[in-house]
Amino acid sequence: MTKIVVLVKEVPDAAVQKQVDTSTGLLDRSGEKTLNPFDTHAIEAALQLKESGALPVDEVVAVTVGPDSAVKALQKAVSLGADRSVHLTDPGLAASDVVATGYALAEIVKRENPDLVLAGQQSDDGQSYAVGAVVAEHLGWPALTQVIKLEADGTTLTCERQAEYGYDTVKVQLPAVISVGDAINEPRYPSLKAIMGAKKKPLESLSLADAGIDASKVGEEGRKAVWQAAKEPPAKAPGEIIEDEDTAQTVEKIVTWLDDRKLI
Amino acid sequence: MTNILVYALHHEGAVNKNALGAISAAAKAAGELGGEAHALFVGEDVADDVAGSVGSYGATKVFRAKAPAGLAQPIVDALDAVLSQGDYGYVLFGGGLLGFEAGAAIAARRGGGIGVEITGIRVEGGELVAERPILGDTQISDITFRGLGVIASRLNAFEPVQSGSPVAVEDIDVTLSDASAKVEIVTRGEQRGADVNIEDAQVLVTGGRGLGSAENFSVAEDLASAFGGTAAVAATRAAVDAGWFPYAGQIGQTGKTVAPKLYLGLGVSGAIQHKVGMQSADNIVAINKDGNAPIFEFADLGVVGDLHAIAPALAEAIKAKKG
Ligand SMILES: Cc1cc2nc3c(=O)[nH]c(=O)nc-3n(C[C@H](O)[C@H](O)[C@H](O)COP(=O)(O)OP(=O)(O)OC[C@H]3O[C@@H](n4cnc5c(N)ncnc54)[C@H](O)[C@@H]3O)c2cc1C
Repeated sequence: MTKIVVLVKEVPDAAVQKQVDTSTGLLDRSGEKTLNPFDTHAIEAALQLKESGALPVDEVVAVTVGPDSAVKALQKAVSLGADRSVHLTDPGLAASDVVATGYALAEIVKRENPDLVLAGQQSDDGQSYAVGAVVAEHLGWPALTQVIKLEADGTTLTCERQAEYGYDTVKVQLPAVISVGDAINEPRYPSLKAIMGAKKKPLESLSLADAGIDASKVGEEGRKAVWQAAKEPPAKAPGEIIEDEDTAQTVEKIVTWLDDRKLI
Repeated sequence: MTNILVYALHHEGAVNKNALGAISAAAKAAGELGGEAHALFVGEDVADDVAGSVGSYGATKVFRAKAPAGLAQPIVDALDAVLSQGDYGYVLFGGGLLGFEAGAAIAARRGGGIGVEITGIRVEGGELVAERPILGDTQISDITFRGLGVIASRLNAFEPVQSGSPVAVEDIDVTLSDASAKVEIVTRGEQRGADVNIEDAQVLVTGGRGLGSAENFSVAEDLASAFGGTAAVAATRAAVDAGWFPYAGQIGQTGKTVAPKLYLGLGVSGAIQHKVGMQSADNIVAINKDGNAPIFEFADLGVVGDLHAIAPALAEAIKAKKG
């Protein structure tokens, strides 16, 4: 049987104005949170592998590293179809960089010992596209990101993705870490019943000590990329904005704007 | 002495422009650090003259590892082999996808840190500082490193600058890891769809996911033909991955870089990976129904509204104006 771990993350809701604490260079993570929308594609990919019978999946486990509030993201993942979830949470994880976070995730993946790890293409906030590669490196497994077509045949995955020169087709042997692009599928909406039932599905909460993670490799001490205070780039003059209320008028304004710049 | 190792992305006998830019930037920075910039090629059949040519952009040593091209795992093994033999403080990648993958893995393997989407590097106090735009490019953070610093730069971050001359190529032996043995590239760089030319157009009408379907690209075609002669239609990755438009017409990180007189986006959100391919357009116009879309942060003219109502009317009005 096959076990899939899906890596998920809590991110600020898209509607929340994101901010940086200019003194520390770290993202201000207060405000409304949600499951990283890119991760819903990874959960959907896991479910499709299971439902199509492409892989004999008996369990889909959602795993996250994050503060207490990240429980909500895990519940969303479970409501979308994961069977249970694991939450690594510890004050010692604060200020981890992507390599440290990937190391911690890899330790949780080792405990779970799955056949396949799926992740989203990027987090909506950090946008490093890198966590999957770090996790795979610690496991000694192959990794591929941005996958938009995934076919399984025994323990071989045939993956397609767009890279620098066009579309690439790559065969990957399981176990592997695959990050999926947002064009791979259309994630389903959770049913009301699934939303109500999500809180009853098993959720394991672990500290660094519980998981046997070397605390010196994460957090402030473990990070090797140190973010300094943020500054503003040279200001670009703001553009003109037209709110379309009367399309004939809007079009007239656009034409005038284009004409003034000799673009017609 | 701190050397910088640059991964030299290449395909079909040509070194990627972003890799040449990265080598140029590394040569400059390494000079200030009192070290050298070296380049690494990974491929089955990289010709001597192709590899050696990066000496003309400032690399003082060029390494070549015989392993499959286009996959992160062999690149990581090859980087690891070179890094083990020399005194390197940093690894630099030009814009691209492999840089994120191989960069993150080599940072993990060697206990270093990574900065992605880097738009500039500078030397300060004897170390490299990497500049990373964040929050839709409204802020720039500086990143410094403890241990090996891996820098995966943004597309077009660095311009190639000629300095120096071709150098001899050193072949290196690489022991491939188990992970490398478990990936196999079946096809690389497949061009899907027709061969459209978007790089020479003065006006580019770009269709995004907001167009809704392949058929609706006719809205973009009509608008482009209203402008006449030098206008063409382009697309975002979302539209290309959906099969609505040929890959050759894609703008962005894994597509083309364009600089038309006028870029007109229809249902394009303006994601960073798209923006990096079109931000040099002289005039940027966006029609998007979401007033919070990131494209309005950098559009010269932003129109908040439904493209299906506005674009066809605009095509008519332009035709009428031209008479
Ligand atoms: C490593 C990497 C590489 C990438 N490379 C590229 C690349 O080369 N090129 C690229 O483009 N992207 C690339 N991307 C993807 C990029 O992040 C975005 O996902 C993509 O650009 C989004 O395309 P879009 O704007 O068409 O779609 P969306 O982001 O989905 O935006 C669609 C927009 O249409 C608007 N809309 C919908 N209906 C209407 C309507 N009726 N009228 C008006 N507006 C409407 C919506 O408000 C929305 O803003 C890459 C991503 C990664 C991680």
